[in-house]
Amino acid sequence: MEETIVETNFKSEEYFINMGPQHPATHGVLRLLLTIDGEIIKKVEPDLGYIHRSIEKMCERDSYQQIVHLTDRMDYLSSNINNEAVCLAVENALQLEVPDRVKVIRTIIGELTRISSHCLWWGVMGMDVGALTTYFYGFRDREMINDIFEETCGARLTMNYNVPGGLMFDIHPNFIKRVKDFIVHFKTKIPEYDRLLTGNVIFHKRTKGVGVLTKEDAISFGASGPVGRASGYSCDVRKHRPYSALDKVTFNEAIKTDGDTFARYEVRIQEMWESLSIIEQLIDNIPEGEYRVATNAVIKLPKGEFYQRVETARGELGVYIISTGTKNPYRLKFRSPGFSNLSLLNHIAVGGKIGDLVATMATLDLVIPDIDR
Amino acid sequence: MTNQSLQELIGSWFPNPEAEKDSDVVDVAENEEGSEDISTTQEPINPSLLVFSEEGSQFLNIIVQPEQLHSLMAQLKSNPDSQFDYLFCLSGVDWGAELGVVYHLESTTHRHSIVVKVKTPDRENPTLDSVYDIWMTAEFLEREVYDFFGITFNNHPNLKRLFLTDEWEGFPLRKDYVDEINMVIK
Repeated sequence: MEETIVETNFKSEEYFINMGPQHPATHGVLRLLLTIDGEIIKKVEPDLGYIHRSIEKMCERDSYQQIVHLTDRMDYLSSNINNEAVCLAVENALQLEVPDRVKVIRTIIGELTRISSHCLWWGVMGMDVGALTTYFYGFRDREMINDIFEETCGARLTMNYNVPGGLMFDIHPNFIKRVKDFIVHFKTKIPEYDRLLTGNVIFHKRTKGVGVLTKEDAISFGASGPVGRASGYSCDVRKHRPYSALDKVTFNEAIKTDGDTFARYEVRIQEMWESLSIIEQLIDNIPEGEYRVATNAVIKLPKGEFYQRVETARGELGVYIISTGTKNPYRLKFRSPGFSNLSLLNHIAVGGKIGDLVATMATLDLVIPDIDR
Repeated sequence: MTNQSLQELIGSWFPNPEAEKDSDVVDVAENEEGSEDISTTQEPINPSLLVFSEEGSQFLNIIVQPEQLHSLMAQLKSNPDSQFDYLFCLSGVDWGAELGVVYHLESTTHRHSIVVKVKTPDRENPTLDSVYDIWMTAEFLEREVYDFFGITFNNHPNLKRLFLTDEWEGFPLRKDYVDEINMVIK
């Protein structure tokens, strides 16, 4: 297209605009300070801390059993995986081998959590780019998973189903049947998602070539989860450092190389298929046995440092415990995936338009309590 | 690469003055300021600059002096045998007498990991070098450490409070932090 230069008296200047803290596209209490020239973004500066609760400081005062309950207030959409991370860290520190039954159930519920989180993400992703229908479709399927969780442990979101040493209760007698029903149901729904959004031309125009992140930058910014994998960076902790029963299953790591918003979308859609496959491999083979091994009522970790990495729906969660041998951790640090993924927002949003920023943020899949720990 | 060979590799970049006599210094050219510092200050005060340890941790731990931090980190990232290009965790820690930072590093090529620790005894005005120019993720992570531990980072592009307001007094994750209103002590 040929550019025509029209001489006008208009002045162009940069200005600030606030996006949030109450903005539907931020999915929480996040404020972005945008420096804009016209509609072109020059700089994005996140302003954090609106809901910071200092979970790390609280952990220094709490027992290890109590800490588990704080973690599902971080990334509430991956609550079960967060719980699992702390339990695994404590169990590894105590050199406690949990029964196979526990490992398999943890993995199944972890993958259900991932699907549930991706369903919600898919719904709001569509909503962010202007397709309200997806929201209802995503929530419809997520509801089935939440019902399974409710029957299993009484909670739908902040589950606290894991305890150091195993699980709080055994699974409900209906669990296996309902999970199988869900697999049958959801296998017909992902193609529906594809028909509705993945192949949509308008959606392609909003997402392809938008918010491109190269592999080198992804690694340098510590991107993980679908954000890293969409840039061609193999970073699935489940593959590289398998935990629980993930070493017993076969699955493909969803990797795309484009690094744009559409690639991040595709990775998550493919991850839903992979999660279904993992659940299918395990659901018929839940070993018999105990659902928990006894631990001391007061858990004291040996002196030392312990690090546990798990893959939540958003990426790599790290639990770093420094123990001095008492019943509380001396220092506990959560390496949260959302925090690192947010830090690269400025890098990939500059030069785009405000609408592109919304689409980009939707595929970063930020959960604000995960960032404001 | 195993922890043992990593330790040998990294030890060869920063030979300590006593061992220097009988060890082959292979890559002198690559030891920019690091080796110069050591060779000019051959005093008994500096017996060993790097302390390696595997005790009580699943990783190989290196304790490095603040002056050596940046050159060590640059080497860890750029050396083709180590290639620690992924800084997956950066934590501030208050060890009581000392404040410091713990860096968890992984190589996406070789898939080995390492932990680097740096400590400073200065609690009034603790200062360390930023590693922002090596790993871009450090920009936010170091701001978080500054916010909660009050450690300032040299050469950081935008060092200010991240979560707390600019008027906040004190650094909450330090062990001696007192807040009678907001903190519930059991």
